Amino acid sequence: MTLDLVIAIIITLVGASTPILLAALGELVVEKSGVLNLGVEGMMLIGAVITVAVVLVTGNHWLAIACAALAAAAAALIFGFLTLSLSANQVATGLALTILGTGFSALFGQPYTGKAVPLLRSPFPPELAADPVWRVIFGYSPLVYFSLIMVFVIWWFLKKTRAGLILRAVGENDLSAHSIGYPVIGVRYLAVAFGGAMAGIAGSCFPLILTPQWVERLTTGRGWIALALVVFAAWRPFRLLGGAYLFGLVMTLEVYAKAAGGGFRVLPSELWAALPYLATILVLVLISMRRGGSSSAPACLGKPFLPTS
Amino acid sequence: MTVLNRRTLIKIGGAAAALPLLGGAAFAQEKLKVAFVLIGTPDDNGWNFGHDTGRKYMLDKIGADKVETTVVTNVAEGPDSERVFRELAQQGHKLIYATSFGFGDYVHKVAKQFPDVKFEWATGNATAANVSTYNAKFHEGRAVVGTIAGMMTKTNTIAYIGSFPIPEVRMGINAYAIAARKVNPEVKIKVVYVDSWFDPAKEADAARALIDQGVDVITQHTDGPAALQVAEERGIVGGFGQGADMSAFAPKAHLTAIIDNWGPHYVKSVQSVLDGTWAEGSVWDGISSGEVEIGKYNEKIPADVVAAAEKVKNDISAGTLHPFAGPIKDNAGTERVAAGDIIDDGEFWAVDWYAEGVEA
Repeated sequence: MTLDLVIAIIITLVGASTPILLAALGELVVEKSGVLNLGVEGMMLIGAVITVAVVLVTGNHWLAIACAALAAAAAALIFGFLTLSLSANQVATGLALTILGTGFSALFGQPYTGKAVPLLRSPFPPELAADPVWRVIFGYSPLVYFSLIMVFVIWWFLKKTRAGLILRAVGENDLSAHSIGYPVIGVRYLAVAFGGAMAGIAGSCFPLILTPQWVERLTTGRGWIALALVVFAAWRPFRLLGGAYLFGLVMTLEVYAKAAGGGFRVLPSELWAALPYLATILVLVLISMRRGGSSSAPACLGKPFLPTS
Repeated sequence: MTVLNRRTLIKIGGAAAALPLLGGAAFAQEKLKVAFVLIGTPDDNGWNFGHDTGRKYMLDKIGADKVETTVVTNVAEGPDSERVFRELAQQGHKLIYATSFGFGDYVHKVAKQFPDVKFEWATGNATAANVSTYNAKFHEGRAVVGTIAGMMTKTNTIAYIGSFPIPEVRMGINAYAIAARKVNPEVKIKVVYVDSWFDPAKEADAARALIDQGVDVITQHTDGPAALQVAEERGIVGGFGQGADMSAFAPKAHLTAIIDNWGPHYVKSVQSVLDGTWAEGSVWDGISSGEVEIGKYNEKIPADVVAAAEKVKNDISAGTLHPFAGPIKDNAGTERVAAGDIIDDGEFWAVDWYAEGVEA
């Protein structure tokens, strides 16, 4: 394996990991506030289709990403209204949001299928990325750098800020947080909207980095991997970064190993495709064994907040 | 034409059930009602697009005064499709096209209950008194693009992105490889299966992996232009459209396309129902009857390559060239088809080996 090939694999794996990382970071904040939103896949699809529409109409990538974030956040707020204000079941409502997002994106995207979208390229001058070694640092889409910055920002927010502490308190013990005067529902609304915006930006990655087009169901299940990843990472941002890149590495190695052919191809095709999921199961087993069976999930995850009862 | 989804179909079904009471005899010149059941939507630029284009072609040739069509989109291959077929039959459709393999069991079930309704099952493998099957020899198109790939590659490494290792895909790879090695014995064919008919991000990553490992011509057997877009971005020699012309996605990389053209078959089969001559059968046509077409050639392809590709196409059409004519060796060096022999249509489905030069 030459250095060039290693660099090529790294560049592809970073691209494959970024949408999963962005969506999982958003979901991590949502879950830390005690809300389980299973609608990530639907919100990603909404983000993807809005991105394509805005890029094709205005030609402005940044406006497209902003609109994708807003649209997905708006969809997340529908979920928020149902689960937070009306105390609907979060699992069922989240699944409904995925179905809504799939249907909405298919309908809204009809005029935009069959059109090529310009990619969002590295913000650095091309000379910087001309040398393969420098390309590993400077050769990515701005969304990649954004996702890495967000890992740090979310870690800092949850760990070091007062607002982050309140968010965690709401997720760990909503009644206590409520009794000392924190607006539990308000905090959760903000978290849900933020999670939606991040899923929307994750959706933008598909047409802007991976495959510059719109087709129905473009994200093909990456949102579900993001959901699994939050558990995989035990709700920690830096572990999430490692997990997302590990998933990306497995997905990328699969196609590179198949393309290499011959002796490289030690595993059957179907087993390669199953590897990310097998890895998830393995890590979950290891985590729960080490913690003696106790989970690191926020204590109020998925429970409706009903202070009067 | 009426485009229906499953929900409005139920409503219209209710209204249509009352219609026969008004007396069908009042309409002297009743139009033939034909239904098309699709697994996706016609704007997928691939499989479903091909069937819907065929429907429009048929309407144009037969005339909207003689036939009216109903399209039901996004029907899942499963038990629910049975209800869709039954409702269409109850609404008076006399000819129903089931355009995906997974509809088969349900088509056969409903067909027994409606003996006067004709069913046609695309890519199917079983017929009945009122069920026919139809398919196209896409591998003939693969032989044409394989010729172009073999002559155009500079790295002598070409690729095929496949969905699943099923006979149809495997024989597509073999036709591509045999044709490419006929014009360039040095050429290697790399194969990546993405384990899906539809996963654009993975198809694109497969294309990246192949290009990073020296491939400069890619063809794909999945339902979208993702691999072609990567070929365009990386500036390799090129790739081929699958199912339909995809040059809008990759003006420089799109060398040509294998186009599914169901129109001629739809014209023939609708006409036979109008004439009362429709009969149970199994149609498997290719380039010669126009079911498989080769798109327009990219202007960057040299004239001698276009001429060679056209010759392969015309010879297959005339029957003087068979894509699987011996001698054929497999990729372990064993001779599988002797000189003068061919793999015939029956043997096609049982081939479980790859031709010489294929790295799968």
